[in-house]
Amino acid sequence: MNATHQTSPSIASRRAPWPVPPVSRASRGRAVRLVAVLAALAALAAPAAAQDTLPPGVRIGLAYDRNGKPAVALTPVTGPNADSVLAILARDLDFSDRLTVIRQDSGDAPTGALNYDLYAKLNAVAVVQASVTPSGALHVAVHEVAGKRVALVMDMPLPAPALSRDWRHVVHVASDSVEWSVLGRSGIASTRIAYAAQYGGPVTVVDSDGEGAWALPGSTECLSPAWDPTGTRLACNALPNGNVPSRIVVRDLVTGRTWTTRVPGNNQTAVFSPDGRYLVFSAGTEAQDLYAVPVFSDSTPRRLTSRRGSVNVSPDFSPDGRKIVFTSSILGHPEVYIMDADGSSADLLTSSGFGDDLYRSDPAFSPDGRRVAFQSRIKGTFQVMAISVTDKSTVQLTSEGANESPSWAPDGRHIVFVSTRTGRRELWVMDTESSRARQLTHGGRAQNPAWSPRLSVPRQP
Amino acid sequence: MNRFRIAGLIVLTAVIAACSKKPPPAPPPAPEPPRVNQDSIDRANKARADSIAAAEAARRRAEEAARAAEEARRLEAARAAARNTLMAKVYFDYDKDEIRPDQQATLDAKVPILNANADMRIRIEGNTDDRGSDEYNLALGQRRAASVQRYLVARGVAAGRMDIVSYGEQRPVAQGENEEAWQQNRRAEFVIVSGGNPLKVP
Repeated sequence: MNATHQTSPSIASRRAPWPVPPVSRASRGRAVRLVAVLAALAALAAPAAAQDTLPPGVRIGLAYDRNGKPAVALTPVTGPNADSVLAILARDLDFSDRLTVIRQDSGDAPTGALNYDLYAKLNAVAVVQASVTPSGALHVAVHEVAGKRVALVMDMPLPAPALSRDWRHVVHVASDSVEWSVLGRSGIASTRIAYAAQYGGPVTVVDSDGEGAWALPGSTECLSPAWDPTGTRLACNALPNGNVPSRIVVRDLVTGRTWTTRVPGNNQTAVFSPDGRYLVFSAGTEAQDLYAVPVFSDSTPRRLTSRRGSVNVSPDFSPDGRKIVFTSSILGHPEVYIMDADGSSADLLTSSGFGDDLYRSDPAFSPDGRRVAFQSRIKGTFQVMAISVTDKSTVQLTSEGANESPSWAPDGRHIVFVSTRTGRRELWVMDTESSRARQLTHGGRAQNPAWSPRLSVPRQP
Repeated sequence: MNRFRIAGLIVLTAVIAACSKKPPPAPPPAPEPPRVNQDSIDRANKARADSIAAAEAARRRAEEAARAAEEARRLEAARAAARNTLMAKVYFDYDKDEIRPDQQATLDAKVPILNANADMRIRIEGNTDDRGSDEYNLALGQRRAASVQRYLVARGVAAGRMDIVSYGEQRPVAQGENEEAWQQNRRAEFVIVSGGNPLKVP
């Protein structure tokens, strides 16, 4: 265990200069805590890219180590739907791949002071105590074992009905806050993954743990979904249908308002700029070029690329909004290129070391802006790789079955991608540090996954 | 001379002998002719003639109908053949949008039909197999449709009569991870959007 005891200043009194998950001081009154929680939840809606630029924080005395997996003990949960709360918390913390979860499934919830020495013997650096209060709030206390004290307390109202998507989301937000309090990094439990259906069907949105799937309204045969940086809008490209042409559709999930844009020909692969104001997409009757247009505007899309006769698709922004990576056939086969966001200075990114298989595509910028994940044909089969933007060093991330179409989680270490390793096209999540993978979907025919930013708790009526 | 006298005598004798026979009996009276109604005869004759004419007309009509039916069948068959020719898919090589030499005849055969139906509007739908990036393939399908359009424009079909779309790998006609299925899916399809009803055969 690499815990180092921090003496001063105390975490509870430190003021975070960045958007923080819902945490509050244990010493404050309940009303004050709730206000703090709601304010913090609102802050969560801010672009998620900043999360991994957090200083190597120590909330309860740990320095974040990418390879270390400090243990966190979960005590039995009390109150209505306690089992579900415990199961979701445990799974979320496990799926973080940053913590080892010690579950205490038997016995009563500890009352009174925790026996910190006992947890120290279990090598737990923190103990998480959760309960559902009679008034329907999720109460979570995180204890620092080494300091023998309560590090933070959260009280979050659980929306009715219990076990609903919104209800589960509050538990996910609590999980991320626990992770933040232990490691100084927020988790990715409060995220969702949108994906399209092969051979038709709507865009589906599923929680990070694979639960709570729902269909995006009006998204039949809509491909390549993309989240805006607040996680409140989704774009996708609708296939032509009869006399209705190919177009990009943006739906605001809060208001239900939709907006479509199109240029003549095929319209596809939209992505939001990191400030959420622009949409960049690919379109054309023969050649496919990249276009930019302000979202929900009547402006004419502005062409960014002008590469006669070639296909230019699948754009993705660098987190700072200055660069765009995309797939281009300018060499006669697909390769990944990087250019300035205004369309200038295009340069081949996947330039060497790929042998005779001339096919690389579907780039995705990592949230720290240092790497680009993409798919590459290797001996006739596609695998997900990542390339450094600076030195172009590459690493192959997958090898089992065919693996395509990567998208990064906001934590910058997990990716979601399409894999055929079960014989069907399913989404899988992989921790790029440990290569641990888990199956996210089970319905088959999944394609084009897009990982959302961290999502705030929906407003209650 | 004596020979003549003798011969004359014989003839004379024969004539006398002949004249000595009894005269034949008087012939019996002619039978009473039947009493007939000429109108009825005329009617019968007319009916007969009419019947023959009607049968003849019916036969002619039947022949005419058969001819017309045959003609309609032939036309319908010709239309169906023309429609099939118009709908015939063209196939592509992996990751390519060029018209293959072995696919040109399929496209060439469409030109006279399109020319004969000047009011017709068609849609060319580009498709791909499911290997590679489905996002890249959606663009590849568009290029295939555009490639077909370009080919037909070069042979005199107005570009404005041909819409082009792509379904990428989203609408396969064959399932399976083998070259046969892949080849069937790497195709352009043709749909009549409007006009050409009835289809005029060139």
